[in-house]
Amino acid sequence: MFFRSKYSGSSFVELLDVDFPHLRPSPSERWVTEGAAAPAIPHGTTVLAMRCADGVLVAGDRLATEGHRVASRDVQKVYATDAHSLIAIAGAAGPCIEMARMLRVVLEHYEKIEGEPLELEGKANKLSQMVRANLPAAMQGLVVVPIFAGYDVRRRVGRLWKYDVTGGRYEETEFDASGSGGLYARESLKKAWRPDIPREDALRLALQALADAADEDRATGGVDTARGIFPIVAFCTAAGVQEVDRETIERVYSQQVVVARVRAPGGGP
Amino acid sequence: MSIPFYVSPEQLMQDKAEYARKGIARGKSIVALEYDKGIVLVAENPSQLSKIGEIYDRIAFAGVGKFSEFDQLRKIGVRFCDVKGYAYSREDVRAKALANAYSQAIGDVFTREFKPLELEVIVAEVGDPRLVGHEDNVMYRVQFDGSISDHRGWCGIGGTVESIESYLKNHFRAALPLGEALRLGRDALVAAANGSTGIAPERLEVCTLDRERPGRKFRRASADEVRAILA
Repeated sequence: MFFRSKYSGSSFVELLDVDFPHLRPSPSERWVTEGAAAPAIPHGTTVLAMRCADGVLVAGDRLATEGHRVASRDVQKVYATDAHSLIAIAGAAGPCIEMARMLRVVLEHYEKIEGEPLELEGKANKLSQMVRANLPAAMQGLVVVPIFAGYDVRRRVGRLWKYDVTGGRYEETEFDASGSGGLYARESLKKAWRPDIPREDALRLALQALADAADEDRATGGVDTARGIFPIVAFCTAAGVQEVDRETIERVYSQQVVVARVRAPGGGP
Repeated sequence: MSIPFYVSPEQLMQDKAEYARKGIARGKSIVALEYDKGIVLVAENPSQLSKIGEIYDRIAFAGVGKFSEFDQLRKIGVRFCDVKGYAYSREDVRAKALANAYSQAIGDVFTREFKPLELEVIVAEVGDPRLVGHEDNVMYRVQFDGSISDHRGWCGIGGTVESIESYLKNHFRAALPLGEALRLGRDALVAAANGSTGIAPERLEVCTLDRERPGRKFRRASADEVRAILA
Protein backbone atom coordinates (compact mmCIF):
# COMPACT_ATOMS: atom_id res chain seq x y z
CA MET A 1 0.00 0.00 0.00
CA PHE A 2 2.44 2.50 1.27
CA PHE A 3 4.63 4.25 -1.27
CA ARG A 4 3.42 2.08 -4.09
CA SER A 5 -0.07 3.53 -4.39
CA LYS A 6 -0.71 5.35 -7.66
CA TYR A 7 -3.41 7.79 -6.60
CA SER A 8 -2.39 11.13 -5.12
CA GLY A 9 -5.56 13.28 -5.09
CA SER A 10 -8.15 14.01 -2.42
CA SER A 11 -11.14 11.93 -3.60
CA PHE A 12 -11.80 8.73 -1.68
CA VAL A 13 -13.92 7.29 -4.49
CA GLU A 14 -11.10 7.77 -7.02
CA LEU A 15 -8.60 6.36 -4.53
CA LEU A 16 -10.66 3.15 -4.35
CA ASP A 17 -11.09 3.05 -8.12
CA VAL A 18 -7.37 3.39 -8.78
CA ASP A 19 -5.72 1.49 -5.96
CA PHE A 20 -8.44 -0.68 -4.37
CA PRO A 21 -10.96 -1.64 -7.08
CA HIS A 22 -11.96 -4.77 -5.14
CA LEU A 23 -13.45 -2.55 -2.40
CA ARG A 24 -15.60 -0.60 -4.83
CA PRO A 25 -19.23 -1.63 -5.13
CA SER A 26 -20.20 -1.73 -8.77
CA PRO A 27 -23.97 -2.11 -8.76
CA SER A 28 -24.40 -2.54 -12.49
CA GLU A 29 -22.07 -5.52 -12.69
CA ARG A 30 -22.26 -7.27 -9.39
CA TRP A 31 -25.70 -6.95 -7.90
CA VAL A 32 -28.20 -7.34 -10.64
CA THR A 33 -27.93 -9.32 -13.84
CA GLU A 34 -29.61 -8.09 -16.98
CA GLY A 35 -33.29 -8.96 -17.21
CA ALA A 36 -33.54 -10.49 -13.74
CA ALA A 37 -36.18 -9.17 -11.35
CA ALA A 38 -34.85 -7.32 -8.32
CA PRO A 39 -34.69 -9.64 -5.32
CA ALA A 40 -36.89 -8.96 -2.29
CA ILE A 41 -34.76 -6.69 -0.13
CA PRO A 42 -35.50 -4.30 2.73
CA HIS A 43 -36.69 -0.82 1.87
CA GLY A 44 -36.61 2.29 4.00
CA THR A 45 -39.61 4.56 3.78
CA THR A 46 -40.23 8.12 4.97
CA VAL A 47 -37.68 10.87 5.59
CA LEU A 48 -38.07 14.66 5.58
CA ALA A 49 -36.09 17.85 5.98
CA MET A 50 -37.10 21.48 6.56
CA ARG A 51 -35.46 24.81 6.99
CA CYS A 52 -35.97 26.32 10.42
CA ALA A 53 -34.96 29.42 12.37
CA ASP A 54 -31.26 28.74 12.86
CA GLY A 55 -30.58 25.96 10.36
CA VAL A 56 -32.26 22.78 9.15
CA LEU A 57 -34.11 19.86 10.67
CA VAL A 58 -33.88 16.33 9.29
CA ALA A 59 -36.09 13.45 10.43
CA GLY A 60 -36.96 9.89 9.51
CA ASP A 61 -39.19 7.04 10.66
CA ARG A 62 -37.63 3.72 11.72
CA LEU A 63 -39.35 1.04 9.67
CA ALA A 64 -37.79 -1.04 6.91
CA THR A 65 -40.11 -3.27 4.90
CA GLU A 66 -39.52 -6.22 2.64
CA GLY A 67 -42.57 -6.35 0.41
CA HIS A 68 -45.45 -6.58 2.88
CA ARG A 69 -43.23 -7.79 5.70
CA VAL A 70 -41.42 -5.86 8.39
CA ALA A 71 -37.69 -6.20 7.80
CA SER A 72 -36.56 -4.05 10.72
CA ARG A 73 -38.41 -1.87 13.23
CA ASP A 74 -35.58 0.36 14.30
CA VAL A 75 -33.49 1.08 11.24
CA GLN A 76 -31.56 4.37 11.10
CA LYS A 77 -32.27 6.60 8.09
CA VAL A 78 -30.73 9.89 9.23
CA TYR A 79 -26.93 10.09 9.37
CA ALA A 80 -24.56 12.94 10.14
CA THR A 81 -22.05 13.01 7.29
CA ASP A 82 -19.74 15.57 8.91
CA ALA A 83 -19.85 18.41 11.44
CA HIS A 84 -22.28 20.49 9.34
CA SER A 85 -24.23 18.13 7.11
CA LEU A 86 -26.72 15.27 7.23
CA ILE A 87 -28.12 12.72 4.85
CA ALA A 88 -31.55 11.12 5.11
CA ILE A 89 -32.11 8.09 2.94
CA ALA A 90 -35.14 6.39 1.43
CA GLY A 91 -35.18 3.40 -0.90
CA ALA A 92 -33.40 0.03 -0.97
CA ALA A 93 -31.90 -0.17 2.52
CA GLY A 94 -28.60 -1.86 1.64
CA PRO A 95 -27.40 0.57 -1.05
CA CYS A 96 -28.90 3.48 0.94
CA ILE A 97 -26.95 2.77 4.10
CA GLU A 98 -23.81 2.07 2.08
CA MET A 99 -24.19 5.42 0.30
CA ALA A 100 -24.56 7.27 3.59
CA ARG A 101 -21.47 5.55 4.99
CA MET A 102 -19.50 6.21 1.82
CA LEU A 103 -20.49 9.90 1.76
CA ARG A 104 -19.25 10.30 5.31
CA VAL A 105 -15.87 8.75 4.43
CA VAL A 106 -15.63 10.80 1.22
CA LEU A 107 -16.27 14.13 2.99
CA GLU A 108 -13.95 13.33 5.89
CA HIS A 109 -11.21 12.11 3.55
CA TYR A 110 -11.32 15.30 1.52
CA GLU A 111 -11.27 17.43 4.66
CA LYS A 112 -8.24 15.63 6.09
CA ILE A 113 -6.22 15.58 2.86
CA GLU A 114 -6.97 19.19 1.88
CA GLY A 115 -7.01 20.66 5.37
CA GLU A 116 -10.46 22.20 5.02
CA PRO A 117 -13.95 20.84 4.38
CA LEU A 118 -15.83 21.03 1.07
CA GLU A 119 -18.40 23.78 0.64
CA LEU A 120 -21.96 22.61 1.35
CA GLU A 121 -22.78 22.85 -2.36
CA GLY A 122 -19.71 20.73 -3.14
CA LYS A 123 -20.89 18.07 -0.73
CA ALA A 124 -24.37 18.06 -2.30
CA ASN A 125 -22.80 17.74 -5.75
CA LYS A 126 -20.62 14.81 -4.66
CA LEU A 127 -23.73 13.00 -3.46
CA SER A 128 -25.34 13.71 -6.80
CA GLN A 129 -22.54 11.81 -8.56
CA MET A 130 -22.95 8.89 -6.18
CA VAL A 131 -26.70 8.69 -6.84
CA ARG A 132 -26.07 8.85 -10.59
CA ALA A 133 -23.55 6.01 -10.36
CA ASN A 134 -26.31 3.92 -8.81
CA LEU A 135 -28.65 4.47 -11.79
CA PRO A 136 -28.18 1.02 -13.42
CA ALA A 137 -29.19 -0.64 -10.14
CA ALA A 138 -32.03 1.87 -9.67
CA MET A 139 -33.46 0.86 -13.06
CA GLN A 140 -33.78 -2.66 -11.67
CA GLY A 141 -35.47 -1.63 -8.47
CA LEU A 142 -32.57 -0.79 -6.15
CA VAL A 143 -33.53 2.86 -5.89
CA VAL A 144 -31.71 5.33 -3.61
CA VAL A 145 -33.36 8.75 -3.19
CA PRO A 146 -31.66 10.73 -0.43
CA ILE A 147 -32.26 14.15 1.01
CA PHE A 148 -29.11 16.10 1.81
CA ALA A 149 -29.21 18.98 4.28
CA GLY A 150 -26.75 21.06 6.20
CA TYR A 151 -25.68 24.40 7.51
CA ASP A 152 -23.80 26.59 5.03
CA VAL A 153 -21.14 28.19 7.23
CA ARG A 154 -20.21 30.77 4.54
CA ARG A 155 -23.77 32.01 3.91
CA ARG A 156 -24.91 31.37 7.49
CA VAL A 157 -28.08 29.59 6.47
CA GLY A 158 -29.56 26.08 6.50
CA ARG A 159 -29.96 24.48 3.06
CA LEU A 160 -31.42 21.26 1.70
CA TRP A 161 -31.45 19.32 -1.55
CA LYS A 162 -33.59 16.53 -2.94
CA TYR A 163 -32.46 14.06 -5.60
CA ASP A 164 -33.96 11.89 -8.29
CA VAL A 165 -32.64 8.48 -9.38
CA THR A 166 -30.56 9.99 -12.20
CA GLY A 167 -28.59 12.07 -9.72
CA GLY A 168 -30.64 15.18 -10.48
CA ARG A 169 -30.17 17.60 -7.64
CA TYR A 170 -32.78 20.20 -6.69
CA GLU A 171 -32.31 22.71 -3.93
CA GLU A 172 -35.42 23.32 -1.85
CA THR A 173 -35.83 26.54 0.07
CA GLU A 174 -38.58 25.35 2.40
CA PHE A 175 -38.91 21.60 3.04
CA ASP A 176 -39.03 18.25 1.35
CA ALA A 177 -39.89 14.63 2.08
CA SER A 178 -38.97 11.41 0.31
CA GLY A 179 -39.85 7.70 0.35
CA SER A 180 -43.16 5.84 0.16
CA GLY A 181 -44.82 8.12 2.75
CA GLY A 182 -43.02 11.21 1.50
CA LEU A 183 -46.04 12.54 -0.35
CA TYR A 184 -48.19 12.54 2.81
CA ALA A 185 -45.42 14.03 4.92
CA ARG A 186 -44.95 16.81 2.37
CA GLU A 187 -48.67 17.57 2.27
CA SER A 188 -48.64 17.75 6.03
CA LEU A 189 -45.67 20.12 6.14
CA LYS A 190 -47.15 22.26 3.40
CA LYS A 191 -50.05 23.31 5.63
CA ALA A 192 -48.02 24.16 8.69
CA TRP A 193 -44.49 25.17 7.72
CA ARG A 194 -43.55 28.86 7.81
CA PRO A 195 -40.24 30.69 7.33
CA ASP A 196 -37.95 30.94 10.37
CA ILE A 197 -40.01 28.45 12.30
CA PRO A 198 -38.59 28.07 15.83
CA ARG A 199 -36.92 24.82 16.84
CA GLU A 200 -39.59 23.48 19.16
CA ASP A 201 -42.30 24.10 16.53
CA ALA A 202 -40.17 22.53 13.80
CA LEU A 203 -39.76 19.42 15.93
CA ARG A 204 -43.53 19.21 16.51
CA LEU A 205 -44.21 19.67 12.80
CA ALA A 206 -41.74 16.95 11.84
CA LEU A 207 -43.34 14.47 14.24
CA GLN A 208 -46.79 15.44 12.98
CA ALA A 209 -45.73 14.95 9.37
CA LEU A 210 -44.27 11.52 10.14
CA ALA A 211 -47.47 10.62 12.01
CA ASP A 212 -49.52 11.69 8.97
CA ALA A 213 -47.31 9.60 6.70
CA ALA A 214 -47.64 6.56 8.99
CA ASP A 215 -51.40 7.15 9.09
CA GLU A 216 -51.78 6.92 5.29
CA ASP A 217 -48.83 4.76 4.22
CA ARG A 218 -48.62 1.22 5.63
CA ALA A 219 -44.88 1.05 4.97
CA THR A 220 -44.08 4.02 7.17
CA GLY A 221 -43.49 3.21 10.82
CA GLY A 222 -45.41 5.04 13.49
CA VAL A 223 -44.26 5.54 17.04
CA ASP A 224 -43.95 2.25 18.91
CA THR A 225 -44.38 3.13 22.59
CA ALA A 226 -44.30 -0.48 23.77
CA ARG A 227 -40.85 -1.03 22.28
CA GLY A 228 -39.80 2.58 22.83
CA ILE A 229 -39.11 3.21 19.14
CA PHE A 230 -39.35 6.87 18.08
CA PRO A 231 -38.39 8.69 14.89
CA ILE A 232 -34.87 10.07 14.63
CA VAL A 233 -34.75 13.87 14.47
CA ALA A 234 -31.60 15.97 14.13
CA PHE A 235 -30.91 19.68 13.79
CA CYS A 236 -27.97 21.20 11.96
CA THR A 237 -27.01 24.76 12.89
CA ALA A 238 -23.89 26.91 13.13
CA ALA A 239 -22.97 24.86 16.20
CA GLY A 240 -23.04 21.62 14.19
CA VAL A 241 -25.26 18.55 14.08
CA GLN A 242 -27.29 17.80 17.20
CA GLU A 243 -29.52 14.76 17.40
CA VAL A 244 -32.66 15.37 19.47
CA ASP A 245 -32.63 13.04 22.48
CA ARG A 246 -35.33 10.43 22.85
CA GLU A 247 -36.86 11.96 25.98
CA THR A 248 -37.55 15.24 24.17
CA ILE A 249 -39.09 13.45 21.19
CA GLU A 250 -41.18 11.32 23.52
CA ARG A 251 -42.36 14.39 25.42
CA VAL A 252 -43.30 16.42 22.34
CA TYR A 253 -44.95 13.39 20.77
CA SER A 254 -47.05 12.38 23.76
CA GLN A 255 -47.88 15.88 25.02
CA GLN A 256 -48.53 17.63 21.70
CA VAL A 257 -48.95 15.28 18.74
CA VAL A 258 -51.06 12.63 20.51
CA VAL A 259 -53.18 15.17 22.38
CA ALA A 260 -53.96 17.01 19.13
CA ARG A 261 -54.82 13.73 17.41
CA VAL A 262 -57.23 12.65 20.12
CA ARG A 263 -59.06 15.93 19.50
CA ALA A 264 -58.84 15.64 15.69
CA PRO A 265 -57.71 12.16 14.54
CA GLY A 266 -56.97 13.35 11.01
CA GLY A 267 -54.40 15.78 12.34
CA GLY A 268 -56.54 18.87 11.73
CA PRO A 269 -56.14 22.10 13.66
CA MET B 1 34.98 2.37 -18.67
CA SER B 2 35.00 4.22 -15.39
CA ILE B 3 35.81 2.34 -12.22
CA PRO B 4 33.33 3.13 -9.41
CA PHE B 5 34.80 4.29 -6.14
CA TYR B 6 34.51 1.88 -3.26
CA VAL B 7 32.59 3.34 -0.32
CA SER B 8 32.14 1.18 2.75
CA PRO B 9 28.53 0.56 3.86
CA GLU B 10 29.34 2.09 7.26
CA GLN B 11 30.55 5.26 5.62
CA LEU B 12 27.55 5.38 3.30
CA MET B 13 25.04 5.04 6.16
CA GLN B 14 26.90 7.56 8.27
CA ASP B 15 26.88 10.09 5.45
CA LYS B 16 23.17 9.57 4.84
CA ALA B 17 22.37 9.88 8.53
CA GLU B 18 24.39 13.05 8.83
CA TYR B 19 22.67 14.51 5.79
CA ALA B 20 19.21 13.70 7.21
CA ARG B 21 20.07 15.03 10.68
CA LYS B 22 21.27 18.31 9.21
CA GLY B 23 18.04 18.72 7.26
CA ILE B 24 15.92 17.98 10.33
CA ALA B 25 17.93 20.31 12.59
CA ARG B 26 17.13 23.27 10.33
CA GLY B 27 13.46 23.26 11.42
CA LYS B 28 11.80 23.70 14.79
CA SER B 29 10.95 20.84 17.13
CA ILE B 30 7.50 19.54 18.08
CA VAL B 31 6.33 18.01 21.34
CA ALA B 32 3.28 15.88 22.21
CA LEU B 33 2.16 15.55 25.83
CA GLU B 34 -0.49 13.56 27.61
CA TYR B 35 -2.90 15.66 29.66
CA ASP B 36 -5.93 14.76 31.77
CA LYS B 37 -8.33 14.43 28.81
CA GLY B 38 -6.04 13.19 26.06
CA ILE B 39 -2.98 14.30 24.13
CA VAL B 40 -1.91 17.82 23.14
CA LEU B 41 0.54 18.44 20.29
CA VAL B 42 2.49 21.71 20.28
CA ALA B 43 4.67 23.16 17.54
CA GLU B 44 6.25 26.54 16.98
CA ASN B 45 4.90 27.35 13.53
CA PRO B 46 4.09 30.90 12.47
CA SER B 47 3.17 29.84 8.90
CA GLN B 48 -0.17 28.71 7.46
CA LEU B 49 1.28 25.34 6.47
CA SER B 50 0.48 22.89 9.24
CA LYS B 51 2.91 20.44 10.71
CA ILE B 52 0.25 18.68 12.77
CA GLY B 53 -2.71 16.93 11.19
CA GLU B 54 -5.65 14.61 11.72
CA ILE B 55 -5.23 11.04 10.52
CA TYR B 56 -8.27 9.22 11.90
CA ASP B 57 -10.85 9.26 14.71
CA ARG B 58 -8.29 8.94 17.51
CA ILE B 59 -5.01 9.36 15.64
CA ALA B 60 -2.95 12.50 14.98
CA PHE B 61 0.26 13.12 13.05
CA ALA B 62 3.09 15.58 13.51
CA GLY B 63 6.16 15.98 11.33
CA VAL B 64 9.40 17.95 11.34
CA GLY B 65 11.98 18.35 8.60
CA LYS B 66 11.24 18.92 4.95
CA PHE B 67 7.61 20.01 4.59
CA SER B 68 6.97 18.39 1.21
CA GLU B 69 8.26 15.06 2.49
CA PHE B 70 6.41 14.80 5.79
CA ASP B 71 3.20 16.25 4.38
CA GLN B 72 3.30 13.56 1.71
CA LEU B 73 3.67 11.01 4.50
CA ARG B 74 0.69 12.51 6.34
CA LYS B 75 -1.52 12.15 3.26
CA ILE B 76 -0.39 8.57 2.73
CA GLY B 77 -1.31 7.91 6.37
CA VAL B 78 -4.81 9.37 5.87
CA ARG B 79 -5.31 7.15 2.80
CA PHE B 80 -3.98 4.07 4.61
CA CYS B 81 -6.34 4.61 7.56
CA ASP B 82 -9.44 5.64 5.62
CA VAL B 83 -9.20 2.59 3.36
CA LYS B 84 -8.66 0.31 6.34
CA GLY B 85 -11.58 1.79 8.28
CA TYR B 86 -13.80 1.52 5.20
CA ALA B 87 -12.85 -2.09 4.49
CA TYR B 88 -13.08 -3.26 8.12
CA SER B 89 -14.36 -1.16 11.03
CA ARG B 90 -13.36 2.21 12.44
CA GLU B 91 -11.98 0.56 15.60
CA ASP B 92 -9.59 -1.54 13.52
CA VAL B 93 -7.60 1.56 12.62
CA ARG B 94 -4.77 1.73 15.16
CA ALA B 95 -1.70 3.90 15.55
CA LYS B 96 0.60 0.92 15.94
CA ALA B 97 -0.09 -0.41 12.46
CA LEU B 98 0.35 3.05 10.97
CA ALA B 99 3.60 3.75 12.85
CA ASN B 100 4.94 0.37 11.73
CA ALA B 101 4.03 1.09 8.13
CA TYR B 102 5.78 4.48 8.37
CA SER B 103 8.81 2.87 9.94
CA GLN B 104 9.14 0.31 7.16
CA ALA B 105 8.55 2.78 4.36
CA ILE B 106 10.99 5.36 5.77
CA GLY B 107 13.57 2.65 6.53
CA ASP B 108 13.24 1.33 2.99
CA VAL B 109 13.96 4.75 1.53
CA PHE B 110 16.94 5.16 3.87
CA THR B 111 18.63 1.93 2.76
CA ARG B 112 17.65 1.83 -0.92
CA GLU B 113 17.48 5.36 -2.16
CA PHE B 114 20.28 7.80 -2.81
CA LYS B 115 18.74 10.55 -0.69
CA PRO B 116 17.19 9.71 2.69
CA LEU B 117 13.99 11.38 3.87
CA GLU B 118 14.77 14.43 5.98
CA LEU B 119 12.00 14.03 8.49
CA GLU B 120 10.84 12.68 11.82
CA VAL B 121 7.23 12.01 12.72
CA ILE B 122 4.99 11.43 15.73
CA VAL B 123 1.94 9.17 15.49
CA ALA B 124 -0.27 9.73 18.56
CA GLU B 125 -3.42 7.86 19.51
CA VAL B 126 -5.75 8.82 22.35
CA GLY B 127 -7.29 5.96 24.34
CA ASP B 128 -10.99 5.15 24.43
CA PRO B 129 -12.03 4.05 27.94
CA ARG B 130 -15.19 2.40 26.58
CA LEU B 131 -13.29 -0.17 24.52
CA VAL B 132 -11.49 -3.01 26.25
CA GLY B 133 -7.85 -3.03 25.18
CA HIS B 134 -8.04 0.48 23.68
CA GLU B 135 -7.90 2.45 26.96
CA ASP B 136 -4.32 3.73 26.85
CA ASN B 137 -2.81 6.65 25.02
CA VAL B 138 0.11 5.75 22.76
CA MET B 139 2.73 7.90 21.05
CA TYR B 140 5.24 6.65 18.50
CA ARG B 141 8.28 8.45 17.18
CA VAL B 142 9.62 7.37 13.79
CA GLN B 143 13.03 8.69 12.72
CA PHE B 144 14.63 9.32 9.31
CA ASP B 145 16.21 5.83 9.20
CA GLY B 146 12.95 4.07 10.09
CA SER B 147 13.80 3.45 13.74
CA ILE B 148 10.65 3.50 15.83
CA SER B 149 10.08 3.98 19.56
CA ASP B 150 7.01 4.29 21.75
CA HIS B 151 6.65 6.87 24.49
CA ARG B 152 4.57 7.48 27.60
CA GLY B 153 3.91 10.94 29.03
CA TRP B 154 5.56 12.95 26.30
CA CYS B 155 7.23 12.55 22.94
CA GLY B 156 9.43 15.01 21.10
CA ILE B 157 10.79 15.19 17.55
CA GLY B 158 13.26 17.53 15.85
CA GLY B 159 16.84 18.67 16.09
CA THR B 160 16.62 19.73 19.74
CA VAL B 161 14.87 16.65 21.06
CA GLU B 162 17.53 15.94 23.72
CA SER B 163 17.00 19.32 25.36
CA ILE B 164 13.22 18.82 25.27
CA GLU B 165 13.59 15.42 26.91
CA SER B 166 15.83 16.71 29.67
CA TYR B 167 13.49 19.64 30.33
CA LEU B 168 10.39 17.43 30.50
CA LYS B 169 12.13 14.78 32.61
CA ASN B 170 12.32 17.37 35.38
CA HIS B 171 9.02 19.17 34.84
CA PHE B 172 6.43 16.73 33.46
CA ARG B 173 3.59 15.56 35.66
CA ALA B 174 0.82 13.15 34.69
CA ALA B 175 -2.84 14.24 34.26
CA LEU B 176 -2.24 17.99 33.99
CA PRO B 177 -5.16 20.13 32.83
CA LEU B 178 -4.92 21.33 29.20
CA GLY B 179 -3.69 24.84 30.05
CA GLU B 180 -0.80 23.62 32.16
CA ALA B 181 0.15 20.89 29.67
CA LEU B 182 0.21 23.43 26.86
CA ARG B 183 2.32 25.85 28.92
CA LEU B 184 4.70 23.01 29.73
CA GLY B 185 4.97 22.06 26.06
CA ARG B 186 5.66 25.66 25.08
CA ASP B 187 8.28 26.03 27.83
CA ALA B 188 9.98 22.83 26.69
CA LEU B 189 10.20 24.20 23.14
CA VAL B 190 11.53 27.53 24.46
CA ALA B 191 14.10 25.80 26.69
CA ALA B 192 15.22 23.66 23.75
CA ALA B 193 15.64 26.57 21.34
CA ASN B 194 18.90 28.03 22.55
CA GLY B 195 18.66 31.68 23.50
CA SER B 196 14.92 31.94 22.84
CA THR B 197 13.08 34.25 25.19
CA GLY B 198 9.61 32.89 24.60
CA ILE B 199 7.06 32.03 21.91
CA ALA B 200 4.05 34.27 21.30
CA PRO B 201 0.69 32.43 21.26
CA GLU B 202 0.10 33.32 17.60
CA ARG B 203 3.32 31.52 16.65
CA LEU B 204 2.09 28.27 18.20
CA GLU B 205 0.31 25.50 16.33
CA VAL B 206 -1.74 23.56 18.88
CA CYS B 207 -3.90 20.50 18.26
CA THR B 208 -5.55 18.14 20.70
CA LEU B 209 -6.85 14.61 20.72
CA ASP B 210 -9.62 15.06 23.25
CA ARG B 211 -10.98 11.73 24.47
CA GLU B 212 -14.25 13.39 25.58
CA ARG B 213 -15.24 14.60 22.11
CA PRO B 214 -17.76 12.39 20.31
CA GLY B 215 -16.54 10.73 17.09
CA ARG B 216 -13.46 12.47 15.72
CA LYS B 217 -11.23 13.39 18.67
CA PHE B 218 -8.84 15.65 16.76
CA ARG B 219 -9.21 19.39 17.11
CA ARG B 220 -7.11 22.31 15.93
CA ALA B 221 -7.08 25.25 18.34
CA SER B 222 -7.42 28.70 16.80
CA ALA B 223 -5.00 31.48 17.74
CA ASP B 224 -7.67 33.03 19.98
CA GLU B 225 -8.26 29.73 21.73
CA VAL B 226 -4.52 29.25 22.31
CA ARG B 227 -4.32 32.72 23.78
CA ALA B 228 -7.32 32.00 26.02
CA ILE B 229 -5.92 28.64 27.18
CA LEU B 230 -2.53 30.15 27.97
CA ALA B 231 -3.94 33.22 29.73
